[in-house]
Amino acid sequence: MNLKPWIAIAAISLSGAAFAQDSSSLSVEGEALLTETAAPEHMENVDTIYSGWRFRSGETQALQTDDFDNPAMIFVDKGIDLWAKVDGTEGKSCSSCHEDVADFAGLRTTLPRVEDAGLVTMENLVNECRTERMGAEAWKYSKGNMTAMTALIGLQSRGMAMNVAIDGDAAPFWEKGKELYYTRVGQLDMSCSNCHEDNYGTMIRADHLSQGQINGFPTYRLKNAKLNSIHGRFKGCMKNIRATPFAEGGEEFKALELYLASRGEGLVVETPSVRN
Amino acid sequence: MASGVKPRVKVPKKASAGETITIKTLISHKMESGQRKDDDGNVIPRSIINRFTADFNGQNVIDVTLEPAISTNPYFQFEAVVPESGEFKFTWYDDDGSTYEEVKKIAVS
Repeated sequence: MNLKPWIAIAAISLSGAAFAQDSSSLSVEGEALLTETAAPEHMENVDTIYSGWRFRSGETQALQTDDFDNPAMIFVDKGIDLWAKVDGTEGKSCSSCHEDVADFAGLRTTLPRVEDAGLVTMENLVNECRTERMGAEAWKYSKGNMTAMTALIGLQSRGMAMNVAIDGDAAPFWEKGKELYYTRVGQLDMSCSNCHEDNYGTMIRADHLSQGQINGFPTYRLKNAKLNSIHGRFKGCMKNIRATPFAEGGEEFKALELYLASRGEGLVVETPSVRN
Repeated sequence: MASGVKPRVKVPKKASAGETITIKTLISHKMESGQRKDDDGNVIPRSIINRFTADFNGQNVIDVTLEPAISTNPYFQFEAVVPESGEFKFTWYDDDGSTYEEVKKIAVS
């Protein structure tokens, strides 16, 4: 029996059924959020960038459109409590210095950024405040208190376009992040680009590959029913390709975060997003 | 009382008489099933919300028994007919005996 025509037909029907991103448009609490825009100039292989929301199923998408239905808001509420909670030897809370968390509108869009010749993320800034100004212990990088706080602060920037600086001081970090993005690692010998650039929109077993945009972080994942930090997600990706993950909060992940943030330039902050 | 428990309810503020409205409720609770073990092999005691009720002006609207298999942060969405202005009272019953209450007023025109 000649199987070849069948294989050819199967290949055609598979490519025809390639599950690209859908065409839904996102609006949260009545406010429209942009989920698709032209790729920034530095991206050589992609023309249009899409929010990860576009690759999720209808049910998952719906959860993000209403703040009451969004399970991440439970953690934002926790963040509000933490914001006002006095901690440490100085007897201060976040609100002692920063009166209104709304003052942080726009911060999420510009992080990570370079300070004193080093790259800092939002987690670093929160912990700097805690250890240096509050006299409190630093929070673990991806634990509940930290993600609740970064979700609360990130939420203030919802709807604002990502816009990180990648020139000047940031250039060497950005180059390092780009190199990491395209470097194959692990037993499966894969780089970020193999899935998120070459194959976004297709299925990897039961999962629908997105472009790996980070504009919705920290993100609530249905698989673990909690908020997940950007670096926590990187770690999960690296484990999946059977590589030894870099440390959360380490130089490698911070550089990668900067590079990914720049790949999402123009997409709006969706924090806190809902994903599977 | 289990820690971090916070009820949240969404009820429309206004409705017309006899209208069917949608009510959404959610309570943050860890819903520990009693089936899991900690690192030392000891069973983590069960701690769940075991009952949820909603009353409208003293009349029961919904009464739910919750079982250990229900996930963390139980969410309920249901419909109710509102004949007149009044208030909804929502009550969650915890395994440890504590109850959490939330009251929402609705104006019917």
